[in-house]
Amino acid sequence: MSQDRRPQAGNRPGGQGQQGPMMFGPGRGGLGMPTQKAKNFKGTLFRLLTYFRPQKYKLLAVLAAAVLSTIFNIVGPKVLGLAITRLFQGFILKLNHVPGAKIDFNYIGHILLILAVLYVISSLFGYAQQYIMAGVAQRTVYGLRREVDEKLARLPLKFYDSRTHGEILSRAVNDMDNISSTLQQSLTQFITSLVTVVGVIILMLTISPLLTLVVVITLPLSIIVTTKIAKRSATYFARQQRSLGELNGHVEEMYNGHKIVKAFGHESRSVAKFDEMNDKLYDAGWRAQFVSGTIMPLMMSIGNLGYVFVAVLGGILVTQRAISIGDVQAFILYARQFTMPITQLASITNTIQLTIASAERIFELLDEPEQSAEPVAAQTIAHPRGAVQFTGVTFGYNPNTPLIEDMNITVKPGQMVAIVGPTGAGKTTLVNLLMRFYELDDGQILVDGVDTRELRRGDLRRMFGMVLQDTWLFNGTIRENIAYGRENATNEEIIQAAKAAQADHFIRTLPESYDTVLNQEATNLSQGQKQLLTIARAVLANPEILILDEATSSVDTRTEILIQRAMSELMRGRTSFVIAHRLSTIRDADAILVMNHGSIVEQGTHEALLAKGGFYADLYNSQFAARAVEEEAVR
Amino acid sequence: MIRLFRYLKPYRVSVAIVLVLVFLQSLANLFLPTLMANIVDIGIVKGDTGYILRVGGVMLLITLAGTTCAVASSFFAARTAVGFGRDLRARLFSHVENFSLHEFDTIGTASLITRTTNDTNQVQQVLVILMTMMVSAPMMAIGGVILAISQDATLAWILVVAVPILVVAIILIFTKAIPLFRVMQVKIDKLNLILDEGLTGVRVIRAFDRSQHEEQRFDVANHDLTDTAINVNRIVAALWPLMMLVLNLSTVAIVWFGSVRVSNGDMKVGALLAFMQYATQILFAMLMLSAMFIMLPRAAASATRINAVFDVAPEIRDASATVHAAERSGYVAFEDVTFSYPGAEEPALAHISFRAAPGEITAIIGGTGAGKTTLVNLIPRFYDAESGRVLVDGVDVRAMPQEELRAKIGFVPQTAVLFSGTAADNIRYGKEMASDDEVRHAAETAQASEFIQDMDDRYDAVIAQGGTNLSGGQKQRMAIARALVRRPEIYVFDDSFSALDYATDAKLRAALKQETGAATVFIVAQRVSTIMNADQILVLDEGRLVATGTHRELMETSAVYREIVLSQLSAEEVA
Repeated sequence: MSQDRRPQAGNRPGGQGQQGPMMFGPGRGGLGMPTQKAKNFKGTLFRLLTYFRPQKYKLLAVLAAAVLSTIFNIVGPKVLGLAITRLFQGFILKLNHVPGAKIDFNYIGHILLILAVLYVISSLFGYAQQYIMAGVAQRTVYGLRREVDEKLARLPLKFYDSRTHGEILSRAVNDMDNISSTLQQSLTQFITSLVTVVGVIILMLTISPLLTLVVVITLPLSIIVTTKIAKRSATYFARQQRSLGELNGHVEEMYNGHKIVKAFGHESRSVAKFDEMNDKLYDAGWRAQFVSGTIMPLMMSIGNLGYVFVAVLGGILVTQRAISIGDVQAFILYARQFTMPITQLASITNTIQLTIASAERIFELLDEPEQSAEPVAAQTIAHPRGAVQFTGVTFGYNPNTPLIEDMNITVKPGQMVAIVGPTGAGKTTLVNLLMRFYELDDGQILVDGVDTRELRRGDLRRMFGMVLQDTWLFNGTIRENIAYGRENATNEEIIQAAKAAQADHFIRTLPESYDTVLNQEATNLSQGQKQLLTIARAVLANPEILILDEATSSVDTRTEILIQRAMSELMRGRTSFVIAHRLSTIRDADAILVMNHGSIVEQGTHEALLAKGGFYADLYNSQFAARAVEEEAVR
Repeated sequence: MIRLFRYLKPYRVSVAIVLVLVFLQSLANLFLPTLMANIVDIGIVKGDTGYILRVGGVMLLITLAGTTCAVASSFFAARTAVGFGRDLRARLFSHVENFSLHEFDTIGTASLITRTTNDTNQVQQVLVILMTMMVSAPMMAIGGVILAISQDATLAWILVVAVPILVVAIILIFTKAIPLFRVMQVKIDKLNLILDEGLTGVRVIRAFDRSQHEEQRFDVANHDLTDTAINVNRIVAALWPLMMLVLNLSTVAIVWFGSVRVSNGDMKVGALLAFMQYATQILFAMLMLSAMFIMLPRAAASATRINAVFDVAPEIRDASATVHAAERSGYVAFEDVTFSYPGAEEPALAHISFRAAPGEITAIIGGTGAGKTTLVNLIPRFYDAESGRVLVDGVDVRAMPQEELRAKIGFVPQTAVLFSGTAADNIRYGKEMASDDEVRHAAETAQASEFIQDMDDRYDAVIAQGGTNLSGGQKQRMAIARALVRRPEIYVFDDSFSALDYATDAKLRAALKQETGAATVFIVAQRVSTIMNADQILVLDEGRLVATGTHRELMETSAVYREIVLSQLSAEEVA
């Protein structure tokens, strides 16, 4: 996982920090972008609103400030009109040489003072609104994010196994990001735009119903134009998105397979294919840009159209003394202020729909069934010895098709259980049950005589050490990764553990030694080296029971004997479950579990199973016996 | 950023057209208030309705013309910007395709992908906005100033005061906010990383009972991000109200001082109205420009990352005077070859010398990190040796054209990489002109034909990206088939049988023996049983060649080899 899988976040033109209306035209999720609709719009909206409850007074303050700021702002032109009218009257009188005619500066000054105060108040409220909203929005998102994270910790493994990481991540990252920016910007913008539209219409009506009609006539025109263009551009954007996806796929494939591309001399063919896809992307891309780019100028033209009508009609009305010049001036300003919030409302509605759809996906996650609660009076095992007992265990991922039925096995402390089976036989199932990643359908698993369900999950799992072929390391130094096995481990202990796991040598060949930072996919280590680190991690954790995956290919040859020694050392005195590939391991095992297609088909000792002549005997003869013969030959 | 704009050169005509069109459009927009001033000062004052209508007509025409220009400029701007993006991407991609593995290691595959896809898009996106909005803003500002002065030069001093105030305010806010935005992005990435690790490592986290720890880690990052986000948004919160305040107070000032000038007969009312509108347009244009402060740093960061890729010259290039191998046979020789990965303390390979001839199998064995894969990577010249020479058919690989060198080699890597396409496509990757029979034969030898036949569309079955719909063993067999179909002089199997079960492994080996009989074969192996009958076995230990010989010889002479062999036998067999 790296940056490239979450390009959507903060990638839109003018994403964050865009505060003022119409700075970039249709912005985030704006007009002409494809929309996703929520299944239950109303329910989700209300549920999202409940997240504001702890901050409802602040939110109310924001709303009040937004409304007041807008009202004080839109009253401006009308007040200004009074001053202009008085000015014009004085001007005409002077022009006509009426004796004693002069401009009434007293009145004009008075009006302008009021106006200045109005504007200052409007700006103060505007600032207050944004300032408070920053806290409200971000804290709400913080809470939501935390809730998601806490939820993830409580979800059963079943949830993780049945979904891709991308799917979960997209909810926690992209959807969260959508909500965050909507709360920050679109919510208050929606309110101010709405108040502006309604307020401006009311104010225009008080000045001149006729001129209002002229301005409002342009309204359906702008709606038609925007929806038509938006529809067209949406198809182009979808096509662009598709081409981009294909192109990105090709880039990913070629870069990841660079070695093969080189080895087979396919560079020029790869470039040719890229060019072809790139051309397709260009074709869809410029159309999408062009069509969506015309929305702004067209809206502006329609605005200008209204402007011209008002100027002409207003002018005529003034000559007929039906209306004052200041009112025409006010109208011109209103006509300008009118188109802006309308386009904005259209784009915000779109955004809000997107956001609600995002919120819905997050709520879906929050509503997932959780793993069963920890026992109220949890037992503890003060001195674990490592006895494990399965009694009547029944389990299946799908309750209708049980994989394990009425399984009974007793493992004494220090014994070794080998798990044998063809690849893909479902070895992880056993890990899932032992560690209680999945719940049993029936029966119980006892550790030192205690039902695992009566232990805290954490206490249970701490008794286990796990070294699987499927390694997991996190983005941090090698030192930190080994120390993951035990909190507060000293440096000495870490190096000791690395030495025991035969990892010390290769770590020291790395540029930064123990402080080497593993990159995100830990591609700076080989598979074998990664596994050595996980062994070191387990050594440090010092558990009572081990689950080991015997290395097949990645850690072998000469290293293997050293690791084998380290592992035997680690296994001494500990109960261990070994997913076995080695002949010696299965021969030495105290018990063998034979798995096939996810279920345990046979169990017993090596001799008993061979004598039985069942699946194990077949498996042994086809795989291990042949290898044994070869190993004889080696000697 | 500017460096990247050299790729705009082919579009200079389009850019010029856009500039002219935007200029005309700005003119049209600016001209309207002047005409309106005429309506007021001439039409209304004289009560001349005919004049008002005439001027109104002109205004409509100008609006129409302005719109036409705007739409046309949008057309050219879109083609230019998106075309630029296409060119940039194409250059970057073909540049990266020439990289050796070394450059991939240094920059990182994931990062290269991001740079080729996301970063180029980011730059393209900014260019779109630059060409559509950012060009018109300064024109509107400058045009507005000229026309405002033409209406009344004296009143222009208000602008002289207002504009700097606005500029200073914008700069102040952005110099505070932009570094914080950057910090915020880092914190977002950090948070997402923790989340991602929590998903991939859920089993390990729970096994070590570290959920609490992970939750705290997340909460700290979440808190940290929230604090920064609140800070940033609070700073930016001042921007819009401040702009509006400056704009509105300028209007108030214009009306007041304008009234004085009207009273003195220095100015007409219409001109005053026009002046007010110009002031608004100018200040709005400034606002627009301020948006660049947000866009540009982000795009500049992308541009820097792209440039960094362009700055990396592929280390491995064909020599200016290439030498062709005289014979096609497949002799390989290492002469005192030493190689280290950049930054490593110890060389990955030191003083390696050996020879391999056609018809021979050379096996390479050794522990993890012994340098086995590194050694075979030097044969197709994925890396260049630090000192010493790698010779193929008697020619130094650095002197041979890369294409010719690699055409001699059938390479099967450790992790099988397949590409999206059909099964047959994937095998033909080794030899494009291979006939259906050749493809089938290669698949049969590689023991792949059975599972291919079992798929719905057989050889036309679609392989998903990365071969995710095949098992590990199936992928390996496909990769082997891909190498076989080439019928190369040299085969390299880099631990290529690891995911196969025993029976398949044995069958494949038997089939391979006939197929590769006359070729030079390299096998990197983990298990001794795989290589027992090799003609020579190279035993590597921590980058050094500690022994060479056949199995029997090595059992006698090499302690390291014996140790490896014994490690693979069960304790009782050794005893």
